[in-house]
Amino acid sequence: MSEQTNKGAIQRFLEASPDSTGKTLFVAVALCLFASMVVSAAAVALRPTQEANKLKDKQINILQVAGLYEPGVDITEAFSASFEPKVLELATGRFTDAFDVATFDDRASADDPATSTALEDDPASIGRQSKYMTVYLLKDDAGEIDKVILPLHGYGLWSTLYGFIAVEENANDIFGLQFYSHAETPGLGAEVDNPRWKALWNGKRLADDNGELQITVAKTAPAAGKDFHVDALSGATLTSVGVDNLVRFWMGETGYAPFLANLKAGDF
Amino acid sequence: MAQTRREMLLDPLVDNNPITLQVLGICSALAVTSSLKVALVMTLAVTLVTAFSSMFISILRNQIPSSIRIIVQMVIIASLVILVDQVLKAYAFEISKTLSVFVGLIITNCIVMGRAEAFAMKNPPMASFIDGIGNGLGYGLILMLVGFFRELFGSGSLFGVTILETVNNGGWYVPNGLLLLPPSAFFVIGLLIWAFRTWKPGQVEEREYKIQVVEAH
Repeated sequence: MSEQTNKGAIQRFLEASPDSTGKTLFVAVALCLFASMVVSAAAVALRPTQEANKLKDKQINILQVAGLYEPGVDITEAFSASFEPKVLELATGRFTDAFDVATFDDRASADDPATSTALEDDPASIGRQSKYMTVYLLKDDAGEIDKVILPLHGYGLWSTLYGFIAVEENANDIFGLQFYSHAETPGLGAEVDNPRWKALWNGKRLADDNGELQITVAKTAPAAGKDFHVDALSGATLTSVGVDNLVRFWMGETGYAPFLANLKAGDF
Repeated sequence: MAQTRREMLLDPLVDNNPITLQVLGICSALAVTSSLKVALVMTLAVTLVTAFSSMFISILRNQIPSSIRIIVQMVIIASLVILVDQVLKAYAFEISKTLSVFVGLIITNCIVMGRAEAFAMKNPPMASFIDGIGNGLGYGLILMLVGFFRELFGSGSLFGVTILETVNNGGWYVPNGLLLLPPSAFFVIGLLIWAFRTWKPGQVEEREYKIQVVEAH
């Protein structure tokens, strides 16, 4: 008994049976507190680097889809020198100043009921569509629009594919399509990243002379002709169908059609 | 201690391999072995997590109440996994994009839990740390072997460098699409286990039944 009282509080605690209720509670609480502090410290400390990575990745993809990417260039500089980001109101096809383009987040906007709509007809399986999207204007030296880079996304086989489509200033010719985030099957659906397949998009047209949206990803060319046909990926039928759906959805009336009409008319 | 540190480190590579002998951690071995680069990062991540979680659990082993020991182990493992995930996102963004959910799933990797429960709860920190490294490397060895076959014959490349020019890129090699899908890892792992047990017959488990000769009447 006298031996017990001579020991300090810590010593007594360490020697107490780990299975006592008090100690069980203490270990659980202390460990959780400690672990949560470590984890949140890491998350907070690394966040700026992670955000910078995400932004850089997006910028690289925008440069790539516009055919401007060269390894080794300063991404941020090349990006800001070429592109002018704008927030677009999809329904009217006009730019809006209601949001700050530097902080506007398409994905957050799609989750916010105030700035998005729940889709009833939803071929791209995206659930909610943001009413506003950030688009990127590529201007030539004379300050005229050369290409517009439009973000799009939709469901493939396993995952939502996020990407960009680059459309020429005539609002109908496709310059390129590229996905920057997806989780399709490597070697099959993930061949959407294959440069040879991506090159197929170059020079295709969205709508025919009557203004009907004709672009399609399919095994065989549609009646409208080869100009509107991108060969589907072999072994990746469902990913191809997904890409077909999402491109047609975003290029359609609920997507960028109003903006493309304005762009064609030179009025925006 | 029955084992020397050297044995602790090297045993799990072949003689007591977590995948081929203990048949643990199969799930992630299916998921991340379609390319070697991803398999290598996964190996490093699992090795680090196993080593450090074993070490921390071993340090705390006399204080962990047995009624909540599994949860305590999980909290330690999960925190380490989140750390690895955050560091990858910050410094290896491309790879973290490919690994995506699989880093998070290290938490449920049986090898990490298995070593914590079977070794770290009974052994001192340094030994547990080495045991964790050894088992991580044993897991990684199989991952790399499986990844080698799957990437070479599935995509015609190794570490992303083209070895066999595929038809898609204008070459001659028709890649085996099956090898890119997770089930193919089952076949490769099965063949590896066969090879290991032919090499080391001691690993073959005893049959649970006996074939008896019954005299015909």
